[in-house]
Amino acid sequence: MSLDYVKFSPGFDKFMPKEYRDMVEHGPFGKKTTVSQMGSFKEILEEHPMCAGCAMTLFIRLAMISFPNPEDTITVGTAGCGRLAISQAAIPFVYGNYGDQNAVASGLSRGLKLRFGDIPKDVVVMAGDGGMADIGFSMTLHSWFRKERFTTIMLDNEVYGNTGGQESGMTNKGQVLKMAPLGKKFEKMDMIGMAKLAGCAYVATVVPNNPRRVESVIKKAVLIAREIGPTYIQAYTSCNIEYSIPTDKVLEDAKSVETDRYAFSEYVSDEAKEYLATRYGFKEYLPKPAAALPKA
Amino acid sequence: MSNPLESEQKTNPQGDPITSAAPIKVGGGTKDPHEGAKKQRIVTPEYMFSEAPRKREFITGSEAAKEAVRRSNVDFSVAYPITPQSETMQLIGVLYGEGYVKEYYRGEEEYGVMSAIAGGSRAGVRCFTATAGPGTLRGIEPIASWPGHRLPAVAMFTCRVVNAPLAIQPDNIEVAYLLHCGMIVFHAENQQDLFDFIMKGFIISEKNDVTLPVGVACDGFFVTHARSYVDMQEKDIKLPPREAWKGAVPVLDAENPPARLSRDAPVQKSNFMAYNIHAVWQQEVWAAVERSRRYIEQYMGGLCTAENVEGAEAVIIASGSACAQSREAIRLCKDQKVNVGLIKIRSLRPFPIKELRQLCAKAKLIVIPEFNYVGWLAKDVAAAIYGYSNAKIVAGPHVYGGMSMPVEMIVDEVIGGLTGKKSITVPDSAIMGRDVSQAEVAHFMQNI
Repeated sequence: MSLDYVKFSPGFDKFMPKEYRDMVEHGPFGKKTTVSQMGSFKEILEEHPMCAGCAMTLFIRLAMISFPNPEDTITVGTAGCGRLAISQAAIPFVYGNYGDQNAVASGLSRGLKLRFGDIPKDVVVMAGDGGMADIGFSMTLHSWFRKERFTTIMLDNEVYGNTGGQESGMTNKGQVLKMAPLGKKFEKMDMIGMAKLAGCAYVATVVPNNPRRVESVIKKAVLIAREIGPTYIQAYTSCNIEYSIPTDKVLEDAKSVETDRYAFSEYVSDEAKEYLATRYGFKEYLPKPAAALPKA
Repeated sequence: MSNPLESEQKTNPQGDPITSAAPIKVGGGTKDPHEGAKKQRIVTPEYMFSEAPRKREFITGSEAAKEAVRRSNVDFSVAYPITPQSETMQLIGVLYGEGYVKEYYRGEEEYGVMSAIAGGSRAGVRCFTATAGPGTLRGIEPIASWPGHRLPAVAMFTCRVVNAPLAIQPDNIEVAYLLHCGMIVFHAENQQDLFDFIMKGFIISEKNDVTLPVGVACDGFFVTHARSYVDMQEKDIKLPPREAWKGAVPVLDAENPPARLSRDAPVQKSNFMAYNIHAVWQQEVWAAVERSRRYIEQYMGGLCTAENVEGAEAVIIASGSACAQSREAIRLCKDQKVNVGLIKIRSLRPFPIKELRQLCAKAKLIVIPEFNYVGWLAKDVAAAIYGYSNAKIVAGPHVYGGMSMPVEMIVDEVIGGLTGKKSITVPDSAIMGRDVSQAEVAHFMQNI
């Protein structure tokens, strides 16, 4: 990125709002920040219009802190609650049409590759379960089958939150919601299984109550998508409004849902493991030293 | 050793070589497939359009589109098959193989294709795609948002039937949907127009004070599949590349501060703030459509052309293939000693309102033949000249669903319009304008 664009033209700095000055002076651009430093720097996303106690917002904040290269990251989304926060962040965000996010990201990432070659320009899709598994399903799956090199993150609140609580394909069977007056009649869609089937190089499920884990999966997914292939993260980001979760119990709910049915899972293709190890020094994927191997 | 796939050059009945069916060469050669593309040199649009020597070739509309893209320095193209467009986008695939187009893939369906074009344009590269009929309507949601996102690109629409019962035949009703998107829309009469409009479309689309997509429509089959003579520049020159920084709205490359449109929730969810954010943005889109007029005049020589209009007893106003039929109708009228003029509309958006008011000021009869049922051109013409002309306007003949338009139908409307004798061969024609009876107005309202 031309980091210049976040800097002030000489003489203008004193006229800039404090928000902006904080972003330039204490923001994460050009630095390596981690979730453990939260509170000590200006985040890409702070102010937003989301509901009190929204777990999705916490996840989006954590994800944005975790972007390995925030100054060269472009997010793509669609209709839903998530975009109301994502669009408030200090990095470019594309809001196109309903469910088009993975198709837009296909064109965007290929176009940026043409213009910038090997200089990383990370494209990250962040959209809800309805946008991704229902209306954008075909474009999501096809982008994976085509092995498009960008990251797809599903903000899975298991409901259409923004339109007021309707059943989505990711809602659990039996759940009573608007448009499912007798309870949902079919199972939650297995997008994790489909991501693997379609050839994603990295697939993970995560909940937001473990910031370091969120950071780890986001970093891996974005780095792998640069050169290896599509990556998919499915994050449980509850809707405390539609599911009537008391504000102070949101993280407790996440914990119990994680234990119950949203356990952390991570699939990394062999190629992606080797790439992370050799290119970015991920120790967990380095070949085991000879001494550690069992003797023949 | 000769390649068995490399058969001798095929020719059509006129003896001209058939280039679209050129056999695919497989292996064996040491020649760099990108050799031709690498040798292309950049010339200015002015040189390309006005000065560069041209050679005449006898080719189909799809081939003309391919040759236009070859010379347009296109970066990114996404294809999806639909009759009668399929040949065009597979020929763009050939250009990709030869290195003239840098990135290309076959999309999942038109919604995905048009969205990917939006992504490519946001990345700052030059984009091209083509579709037809049902494909246009499937992609219309993303297409209709290109102008609002201020995305330069060129899309070609090889018009065909939409709606049921399914047919693949020519019918340009889809243009009616495109006219209200906020994009620039040209209508090509023939293969030469298609070639020129696509190339000029890129340049007009990317002008800073325009920054809008350009749609180039043509009538399917009549133009895409039929052959005609096209005067083309040499293959070794191309237009300058898109300059991403030049647009009215910054591209999303993380090199420039993003536009507010992509940042502000209020624009996306109007109940957060005043509705006028959307309103002023759309006003600006349509103002940009207006500003494109001078570039259309500069590069295309005007939004419309007028032939023999001064002193004519009747004027035919047409766009696309209806122009070609009208020329022949005018010749037949001349045989009957009836002097008829022709106004050919090249640009439907922006629409040549001022030009038509001037050209039609003294006209007594205007006949508007169209390849669709609804008469979208007649409505636009009537709205444009209302209060500026006393002409009687005959909206018709209309043919649709793949019917051809016999020139006699147009002649019949002209003679009928002049003599006041109701047309008997064209039941769908309708009359609006001055000195018409209420019954005729009712007939018009029912029919268009």
